[in-house]
Order: sequence, then C-alpha cells, then structure tokens
Amino acid sequence: MLKVFEKLGERGLLFLEQAGRMGVFLGYCLFCLISPPYKLRPVVRQIQFIGSRSVFVILFTGAFTGMVLALQGYYTLRKFGSEGLLGSAVALSLIRELGPVVAALMVIGRAGSAICAEIGIMRNSEQIDALECMAIDPCRYLMVPKFIAAVISMPLLTFIFDVVGIIGGYLIGVVLLGVNAGTFWQSMYSSVAWQDVQMGLIKSLVFGLLIVWIATAKGFYLHLERTGGFGAEGVSRNTTNAVVLSSVSVLIWDYLITSWML
Amino acid sequence: MSEEQGNVVIELADVDKYFGRQHVLKGVNLQVREGTTTLIVGASGQGKSVILKHMLGLIKPDGGKVEVFGKDLARISKKELKEIRTQFGVLFQNAALFDSMTVYDNVALPLRERTAASAEKIRDNVMEKLAMMDLENAGEKYPAQLSGGMQKRVGLARALVLSPKIVFFDEPTTGLDVHKSNEIYRLFYRTQEKLKYTAVIVSHDVPKIFKLADAVALIADGVIQGCMSPERFQLSDNPRIRDFVETTMGPIYSSEKEESSLYETV
Repeated sequence: MLKVFEKLGERGLLFLEQAGRMGVFLGYCLFCLISPPYKLRPVVRQIQFIGSRSVFVILFTGAFTGMVLALQGYYTLRKFGSEGLLGSAVALSLIRELGPVVAALMVIGRAGSAICAEIGIMRNSEQIDALECMAIDPCRYLMVPKFIAAVISMPLLTFIFDVVGIIGGYLIGVVLLGVNAGTFWQSMYSSVAWQDVQMGLIKSLVFGLLIVWIATAKGFYLHLERTGGFGAEGVSRNTTNAVVLSSVSVLIWDYLITSWML
Repeated sequence: MSEEQGNVVIELADVDKYFGRQHVLKGVNLQVREGTTTLIVGASGQGKSVILKHMLGLIKPDGGKVEVFGKDLARISKKELKEIRTQFGVLFQNAALFDSMTVYDNVALPLRERTAASAEKIRDNVMEKLAMMDLENAGEKYPAQLSGGMQKRVGLARALVLSPKIVFFDEPTTGLDVHKSNEIYRLFYRTQEKLKYTAVIVSHDVPKIFKLADAVALIADGVIQGCMSPERFQLSDNPRIRDFVETTMGPIYSSEKEESSLYETV
C-alpha cells in the first residue's frame, strides 16, 4: 500500500519538477525575446523553415478540409432545406475552429518534431554545452528565432488554411452540388463577424507559442528527462513525447479559448 | 618549484559532487596557475571530466566552491558567468562541432555572436586560425566529412579564435592514432607559445602528455591525490600515484628487482 503512495508521490514530484523547469524556460525565452540585441537573419531562416516550407501541406489539408466540410454540411443542411447557409457553416467552422487547430497539428507534425529532434541531438552531442562555454546563450541563439518565427508563421498559415478551405468548400458546394453562388457568399458575408476572425487569430498565436515552447523545451532538457532512453533512443522518445504533448495541449487550449471567447 | 609561479586563476576548494547516490567528488582541492599547463589524470570514471565541467560552470558543486579569476562560479549572476566564459576556449572530447554548419562557420561563430567585427576581419581571423591548423582547404566542408583528427583541429581552431586566457582540453587525443595525436601536441605547443594561454588538460595519454605539463594532478577515490611537477609526480611516495605511474608507464624509475611482480599472471 505504502509503495503505491511512494510511486504516486514520485510521479507527482517528477511532474512538478518538469512543469517548473518548462515554465522557467518559457519565461526566460520570452525575456530574451523582448530584450536586445535583435537579429533578423536567423528569424528569417526559421520563418522559412517553420512557415514557408509548411505552406504546401497547409494548402493540401486546407483544401480537403473545406471540401469535406461542404460535402457533409450540404447533406445535413438539405434535410432542413437550408442549403443556403452552407457558406456560413463552412466559413465559421474553418475560421473559428478547424483552421487554427488543423494547421497547428500539421505544423506540429512537420516543424515541431523537427525542432525537438534538432535541439535534442545538439544537447546529446554537447553542442549546447559548447555554446554555453563560448558564452553564447543557447536560448537567445537557438530558441528565440524559433519563437518569433512560430508566432509570425502560425497566424499566416492559419489564414492560408482558411482561405483555401473556403475555396474548396465553394468548389464542392457551388460548382459540384449546385448551391447558388450568391447565397453561398452572402450567407458567409452576413454571418462571419470580426470576433470570429479574432478568435482564430488568438488561437493561432497561442498554438504557435505552445508548439515551439514544448518542442524546444523537450529537446533542450533531453538530459534531464527520465523517459528511460539515452542517446538516439532518448531523442526519439522525447520527440514522440513532444508531438503528443503539443497535440494534446493544442486541443485543450482550443477548448479553453473557445469557452472564454464565445 | 615550477607550480609556485603565477597567480592562481582557477581554484577548487573542497568540491563535493553527487550524481544520485553516487559520491563522485569527495572534497577536491586543486589550483591552476596562470600561464601554466595543468594536467589532470586518472582512471576512467573517476571524475576527470566532472572536474572540468565544474571549472566551466556547467555543473554546480554540491559542496565547496569553484573560483575562476577569484569569483565563485556558483554565486555569480548569469551575466558575470558569461563574462568569465568569454575568456575560455574549450576543446570537447568529441569536438562538439555544430554539425549543420560548415567548418568555416563553426570557427566564425564565436566572432559573429560575441564581437562586432566586420565580415572581412572575421574572415581574416578565421583563415589565420584555420591555416594554423593546416585546414585552409577544409573551410567549406561539413564536420561529418572530416576525419576525427581533423574535427579535433577544427575544435581547437574554434577554441582559440577569440584568443582566450584559459583553454580546456577534454581528452584531446583519445581515439586518435600516434601520428594524429603527435600532430595535436605539436599544434598545442605552437599555439600556446603564440597565444600564451593557461591550459587545463584532461587526458589518458600518459606518459607522452607529461612532456606538455607543468603540473600533474591525479584524481582517485574522489580526491586529488597530489598536484606536482611531472618529475616529482613520477617519483612520488603517495601509493596511489605510484600505482598509477607504474601501471601506465611501467617501472621506469624503480630498480629491476620489482619488475617481476608487475607481469600479469595468466
């Protein structure tokens, strides 16, 4: 019986330690982010990596999400004879929910895992120690450009996702299923308010921060994580953990933000 | 005594360190004097690299203190630690080169991040250091395309690029053949003569490396058994040091009669 409590306590302590470490890490990275010197070039490179290289996958997933939304929405709405609302249904679900969430999940898979693995490998091969010994702050040098890039790229990717999704929805709804084009656009125009766009924007900013925070922290503290793996295995386990944790946190925060803003 | 010259730049006083339940350092006392070369030897797993990491401020001691330039590394702010580290150059055991950057960028990184030098000045400085290491033509290559010895030389070039006051060498010749390690020693001689840095070396390569050192310290059982000139080290009465000298170098300074006992019995 005592053993159970011991284990529980150990787990609890481990969790608290990890949470505290990650919190301090985030605080320090944000401090570095706002304090000079500012360097543009590394940020541009990271935007290229996190942002522009994700565009293709965002276009693809965005188009299909919009198309399937229109398809499902059409047959549901037709039961009530209100196919005219298809435009509004597609646009609202994309802008408020699916755009930010699906785009974030795609970026986690594409960039989050890569960031975590990259930093984990640098930790493993003493490259981060080397940076510290050269009096180069690893947070400032490695993390800050990624934070800025994620916070800039995520909203842009989300908006691309939304627009492509709406176009996909238009193609299916109007061109294929024969909803009137005027009603499609008009219902969208009359139902989408600035608050909806704002919600999508806030979500994408928070998700961008979450993704890069979890990926970098998991890689940076590779040597302190007790996941049971060392070396290459440690990197792979931590990368998996980072992907799972950031996906789950994105969904949880999505609910929290929605319930706060609706 | 040679080790009495120069100011003390690094001082470890009663340093204790635990890793989990393992007591690795049990009150380590060591002084490194300015302009000298201090060699830390000991069997694997005795904590040589741990001592080095304490000096670099990468690990904090559980007891005692580590002073560099008279400042306690555990008590100073991050900014002060950074300031002290600007005087450091480190050659890591596996060179720890940034594998996604070219050799040139690796060596140029400290200059780009820490100084406001122009691109031209950086280029001159980097090319000079690469030339010193006979690596003029390797600038565009990536670390993975180089041999182990060349990687160490790039690491040394990177460690020296900002003309540091103290250079740390973690196993500079481990994993290299005799020629390659001689080359590293030759480069060490040449650069130390030119740049006049204080050196701290952790190494297995006894006795060859004794020639480089002004002071040799043996770590065994978690404490420094003695820190003295190589000559005195080899003649020391301390049983641990004697044991180490005999097993690594053979009984060169003892009489013939002892030898038979050292042969391994099968």
